Amino acid sequence: MKVLYFAWVRERIGTDCEEVSPPAAVGDVGSLVAWLRNRSEGHAEALSDLARVRVAVNQEAVGPDHPVASGDEIAFFPPMTGG
Amino acid sequence: MIRLQREDFDPGIELASLGEGNPVIGGICTFVGLVRDCSAAGPVTAMTLEHYPGMTEKELARIEAEARARWPIEDVLIIHRHGRLLPGERIVLVATASAHRQAAFDACQFLIDWLKTRAPFWKREEGPAGARWVEARAEDDDAAARWREDDRKE
Repeated sequence: MKVLYFAWVRERIGTDCEEVSPPAAVGDVGSLVAWLRNRSEGHAEALSDLARVRVAVNQEAVGPDHPVASGDEIAFFPPMTGG
Repeated sequence: MIRLQREDFDPGIELASLGEGNPVIGGICTFVGLVRDCSAAGPVTAMTLEHYPGMTEKELARIEAEARARWPIEDVLIIHRHGRLLPGERIVLVATASAHRQAAFDACQFLIDWLKTRAPFWKREEGPAGARWVEARAEDDDAAARWREDDRKE
């Protein structure tokens, strides 16, 4: 699956996009976050508090229980500040 | 109509063509958002708007569709800029055209309120002390929450 990061989440992780292949047990956003935290110190820090990070699956805002599957585009970012 | 662009826009030209030739339109309401030279965190010398290409367009289209479902809108225009902007520059234009003013006012306010909390844009301010990401404001969440899903008028 393709994982995208924006704003300070991108800066802390050090990349804007990565292709990942988590084990089959990773079936929802919550378990994907737990798995991503082990990839680096930057991942662990940026994704430490899910109350501060929003998630989109296939470009639609979702909650931590939303399913994820290979081929999905998952994005992590702070609360929006446009307008 | 939704437009995402780096370049500036001319509100006069945009408004002149909004709903052009549609004699049902009795009023147009407009909001133009500008970069200020100060924020809660201090002086601002520049602002960079980052966005999520693809999702931004989809989310803005969803917000426009929601406004059209709630109010009798004849035309909608949302222009949002991205990239690095200086104080005084225009960031966003929201314009709504309707037969009567109340629908145009309400839909315009709804669109900017929902846009601020739902469209994937992030502001990074530059100031004398360096750069910082703008924090989402509780006031903006409150403003968006006024337009709850169950207020939808069919």
